[in-house]
Amino acid sequence: MLIANDLCIMRGGKQVVANIDVALTPGQMLGVLGPNGAGKSTLMAALCGELAPTRGQVLLDDIPLNQWRGPERARRLAVLPQSSTLGFAFKVEEVVAMGRLPHGSGQQCDGEIIQHALVAADGLHLLGRSYLTLSGGERQRVHLARVLAQVWPGEEGQILLLDEPTSALDPLHQHTTLLAVRAFAARGGAVMVILHDLNLAARYCDHLLLLDQGRAHLSGTPEQVLTPEGLKSVFGLDVLVQAHPERGHPLVIAR
Amino acid sequence: MRFTSQLIALGMACLLAIWLSLALGPVSLPMMDTLRAVLHLVGVPVAEDNLQQAELIVGQIRLPRTLLGLAVGAVLALSGVAMQGLFRNPLADPGLVGVSSGAALGAAVAIVAGASFGGLPEPFQPYLLSICAFAGGLGVTAIVYRLGRRDGRTSVSTMLLAGVAMTALAGSVIGLFTYLADDASLRTLTFWNLGTLNGASYDRLWPLLLVCVAVILWLPRRAKALNALLLGESEAHHLGIDVQRLKRELILCIALGVGAAVAAAGLIGFIGLIVPHLVRLLTGPDHRVVLPASALAGATLLLFADIFARLVMAPAELPIGIVTVFIGAPFFLFLLVRGRS
Repeated sequence: MLIANDLCIMRGGKQVVANIDVALTPGQMLGVLGPNGAGKSTLMAALCGELAPTRGQVLLDDIPLNQWRGPERARRLAVLPQSSTLGFAFKVEEVVAMGRLPHGSGQQCDGEIIQHALVAADGLHLLGRSYLTLSGGERQRVHLARVLAQVWPGEEGQILLLDEPTSALDPLHQHTTLLAVRAFAARGGAVMVILHDLNLAARYCDHLLLLDQGRAHLSGTPEQVLTPEGLKSVFGLDVLVQAHPERGHPLVIAR
Repeated sequence: MRFTSQLIALGMACLLAIWLSLALGPVSLPMMDTLRAVLHLVGVPVAEDNLQQAELIVGQIRLPRTLLGLAVGAVLALSGVAMQGLFRNPLADPGLVGVSSGAALGAAVAIVAGASFGGLPEPFQPYLLSICAFAGGLGVTAIVYRLGRRDGRTSVSTMLLAGVAMTALAGSVIGLFTYLADDASLRTLTFWNLGTLNGASYDRLWPLLLVCVAVILWLPRRAKALNALLLGESEAHHLGIDVQRLKRELILCIALGVGAAVAAAGLIGFIGLIVPHLVRLLTGPDHRVVLPASALAGATLLLFADIFARLVMAPAELPIGIVTVFIGAPFFLFLLVRGRS
């Protein structure tokens, strides 16, 4: 379990994350919403140990994250950044194989996991292609496969942090991606995902955290967070919220 | 191992380059005599008829020169790989962060003002140039690294810009020393700046060989981490790598490698840029093969450039730095143009 208590982060004299509590629990998927500059990515950077919080701490299994040895932490916690810049002509399977770096589980085992992860990210047909020849969306899926391979197949105690994993994807792959992440959670993994699409968040997340200027404006189930009042005050956007005709989760429509 | 055949091919090419480098020159030796002379030198019993001249030329002149070429080529190529991994850019060159120009500055000080120090203890006197060049390279790299560091992190782009400024600064100080130099040291300085394997001797060779072996043994251990670093510093951190430490180790390797190579053979440009590039075209970008393959290919390419340099105007000899830059600069432009299309 990954827990952050009373997290505060200052950057350039400005408080970008203030008094945030987060608990990522097995089998659950937490969605983080908020306007640009609300502190979503900064929060994620602190949760994965990349950025030291100004106050508060991040605990993985009750041990401060910065006390974990790198490879041990990496076997438990995988992170998909917003975008990766890779300027070298690695093959798709070599990029995915980098996810196995902390493991040392052997070539045969890794090979099978790379296949499974590519299937989950719908990228198996990209095998053998050079990364540099891929489109933006295909690259995003290859990196998803890489982080899935890092914590494959996913079990209790493993955690996945994703920063806008669907930003470059077509509508179908937005859903296949979040279904793959949902499957990871179903196997016992804990997930935090930053999303901009409110309806994707409503459909796939168990809990939502709505950030506004670094503070938690609302937190709870999609029904509790996705309210016209809350969205109006954070995004300044007038919306209608209705129930999805077939699935029942909230559906947000701009007015 | 899927890369074995490529490494074997490069190894064969390297052996061929060594053989040719020992045999060819102003006085060319028959290939078989060269082989016999080498075997005899290392203690293998062979027929000794008419071997004295070959053994003298090979043992006293060509073998140290060939070893110097091998070590300089391998170290420059490996430094290039490390530099391109560090900057995550296939067009980065060890000259970029000021290592080469720092070493050149140290050498200029030694050549022009060396006589006026006069202070080095007797056993170190022959190494004055090497020590100054090495210290210059290491010193400039340390300054650039220091400038690029903020809040415990190393900013590679700041290092790059600081490297440009330090290179310019070193250039102006070298200019000052050139202005102050008398005719004899001016000539030494000029030839040294053009790079040469001429005048190689065993006692000037061993510091470079030591650094070369250290870099060759150490860098491949970090091959997987270097692969991950190409994804980005955050990504490498997420994969469990201590990125700050890795960067420090790479910078140390580059400073040691380039400093020692420049100290031993002067400025030899573009090997660190071209070789990793050619190797990646052959093997792909995986550092587990790029590192050993670059060491072999760098050594081979430098030996061939040196053979060319000593044959083209024989018995006079072209500085090797002219040859490598003459091949390297157009190749770099070709890569730039090709990358744009």
